[in-house]
Amino acid sequence: MNYFPDEVIEHVFDFIASHKDRNAVSLVCKSWYKIERISRRRVFIGNCYAISPERVIERFPELKSLTLKGKPHFADFNLVPHDWGGFVQPWIEALVKHRVGLEELRLKRMVISDESLERLSKAFVNFKTLVLVSCEGFTTDGLAAIAANCRFLRELDLQENEVEDHRGHWISCFPESCTSLVSLNFACLKGDINLTALERLVARSPNLTSLRLNRAVPLDTLQRILMRAPQLVDLGTGSFLHDPASGASSKLKATLLKCNSIRTLSGFLEVSPRCLTAIYPVCQNLNSLNLSYAPGIHGHDLIKLIQHCRKLERLWILDSIGDKGLGVVASTCKELQELRVFPSDPYGAGNATVTEEGLVAISAGCPKLHSLLYFCQQMTNAALITVAKNCSNFTRFRLCILDPIKPDPVTMQPLDEGFGAIVQSCKRLRRLSLSGLLTDQVFLYIGMYAEQLEMLSIAFAGNSDKGMLYVLNGCKKLRKLEIRDSPFGNTALLTDVGKYETMRSLWMSSCEITLVGCEILAKKMPMLNVEIINDEDDIAPSSEDILRVGKMYLYRTLVGSRKDAPWFVDIL
Amino acid sequence: MRGKSKASAWGECGRILTAKDFPCVVNNNRSPPVNASVSGTKRSAVDSVPHDTGSPPPPSQVVGWPPVGTHRKSSFVNQAKAPRSEDDKVGSEIDKSKDASKKKICNGNKSSHVIFKEKGHIGFVKVNMDGIPIGRKVDLNAHACYQTLAHTLEDMFFGTPKSINPVGSGGGKDLATNPSKLLDGSSEFVLTYEDKEGDWMLVGDVPWRMFLSSVKRLRIMRTSEANGLAPRFQERTSERQRAKPV
Repeated sequence: MNYFPDEVIEHVFDFIASHKDRNAVSLVCKSWYKIERISRRRVFIGNCYAISPERVIERFPELKSLTLKGKPHFADFNLVPHDWGGFVQPWIEALVKHRVGLEELRLKRMVISDESLERLSKAFVNFKTLVLVSCEGFTTDGLAAIAANCRFLRELDLQENEVEDHRGHWISCFPESCTSLVSLNFACLKGDINLTALERLVARSPNLTSLRLNRAVPLDTLQRILMRAPQLVDLGTGSFLHDPASGASSKLKATLLKCNSIRTLSGFLEVSPRCLTAIYPVCQNLNSLNLSYAPGIHGHDLIKLIQHCRKLERLWILDSIGDKGLGVVASTCKELQELRVFPSDPYGAGNATVTEEGLVAISAGCPKLHSLLYFCQQMTNAALITVAKNCSNFTRFRLCILDPIKPDPVTMQPLDEGFGAIVQSCKRLRRLSLSGLLTDQVFLYIGMYAEQLEMLSIAFAGNSDKGMLYVLNGCKKLRKLEIRDSPFGNTALLTDVGKYETMRSLWMSSCEITLVGCEILAKKMPMLNVEIINDEDDIAPSSEDILRVGKMYLYRTLVGSRKDAPWFVDIL
Repeated sequence: MRGKSKASAWGECGRILTAKDFPCVVNNNRSPPVNASVSGTKRSAVDSVPHDTGSPPPPSQVVGWPPVGTHRKSSFVNQAKAPRSEDDKVGSEIDKSKDASKKKICNGNKSSHVIFKEKGHIGFVKVNMDGIPIGRKVDLNAHACYQTLAHTLEDMFFGTPKSINPVGSGGGKDLATNPSKLLDGSSEFVLTYEDKEGDWMLVGDVPWRMFLSSVKRLRIMRTSEANGLAPRFQERTSERQRAKPV
């Protein structure tokens, strides 16, 4: 089969980076499987319970970089109890035991303890990169261990984690000899930080290109840091507040004029609108701007800022920008590829929101747009149809109408036709989230047209089992399906049980499936873990037979039931 | 600390409004919600919601909606108006899953089921038994002592199907004198409860009224797992604390 020596094939494989491609390559023949597995450096595990660490290490002994994902996505919205699982400890223990030369660890929605962080920092001499996204279970003491022990640390990136903050000393734990930092992101930490130690760390890190500060870093420290690190490409400001009389803002503006490498800007965790003018110097070169954590900036200040950002490709913003502001974005940011509009006042009266008008304007003005997350007050079918016509490039389309079952306010119709137009027009759509009043019809459209769809999020939608069945039958590439509060029951769940082995996972909460249905599924499909998460307050049933399941999470696995499930989780 | 910045899903407790509380059914001693701390326009939905298909409660009262990560909630303009409870330990973050009511909305022919939870009144509490995926509920108001409660739970989880109606089966004076196997240690299961501080205790050690005021949920636990459970002041080391508390 091989016309080349193994080394040549291995060299060719070096050019194949994506794990999907590598997986495909490994299936060609035994020889390629063998060569690929020995040469694979980066391993991606989308569900930490689908496989065991031992088996991963056995197959990929040369692995250097590991990515693990734990809890289901709905954990982000408090739908998964705190101690459900996703512990990284057994993975770290196995990596240590088998002397894997780990250099990079990326975790998402997992639980990692200080002990694990310390173990990590001491066991892997060449450890370079730690990225933790939406993780929990650790404190700044664990970060101190990483800082102190990882001699060649390049990247420490903490995004949206729940960290118990024992106050700033961890940053002092980077030894004076540590000069290798390229990326440092601690924006999610809530506590104070040792500012002097931080400044010194930046001063001795000539390769630092990405720095995201937390809210404890005041404006004057930021200005001094920027003096030392004009080479920064990615900046997350801390607190952007100052006393107008102090002149700190003009000093910052002057410093920023020298920072002509900045392309990504975020932070503004606390900001007063008058400070925003300080960043105008960097706006003209910005590719990516995240103002979504900045409360209380009025639409017109945002508009003035945006008008300077003609090269923006990614914009994350609050809905206080308003439809009018989105109109300005549409006319200014012609390179825009990704837009996220977050709610600033979701429980309020609906004054500071956006509507379908803003989205239509964006779709008309930004031809390169392919990724959208849009929280809005309302949406119409006509608007969605127009958006679909204007923008057929969407790969990710997530629409969240704040009232989850709101119909088209003009016609009072469900939004089936609107979303139908989106899936029909956007042939490369991979991710879709629905909201608003929706019947089974929208699922018929999705099943028919969304051929590339990999992830679908459904809430408060559909009329009957047919809805879910349209999706399961039609979307051949579906990997993740998450459903809440929709009337899909056992028939939908059980009609095509083999489908779930082609998917990573299925989440159903507050639907019509019952315990009996889940048990039948579990029995038919031993390769699935069917978990019942039992913290829901269901209606007291009148008979055992119709016990509705509050939350069910199922996923394919090669290693059977997990042994670390808490008492409120039952694996059928 | 349990659920410091991320809301614990166990936080919901209190009285579930029963059919008696809805305006459609006559009741003259309906009490207003204890924690009507959300801005007034929102809470009024509680009082007037019908129990068949009608307008649902506003989105603020649905758990996990809108789907925004907890870390974003500090940028909300009106977070101060979020519902809070007197023993809310989570702090200033909006704590929707603790206090919000949950609505099951079924579009179509089925009637909507509505459950509202408010802190302060003990009535129905959740009961789970190890090894059984679906929990049940028991009305503590229907009992005056531990024995009748324990017998009811025995019927519910160990008994024959026809005795599965908890309300009403808790009566019987002779039950009160007959010790329940869940309380006397003779069974492989033991009855435990979670109190307001999140600790798990053996049922039966404190006076009944004190128990009523501190119980949040019940669990029928395997006796082998109950070792180390002590009444009152000792903290239980459980697998729940395996992940370091945040």
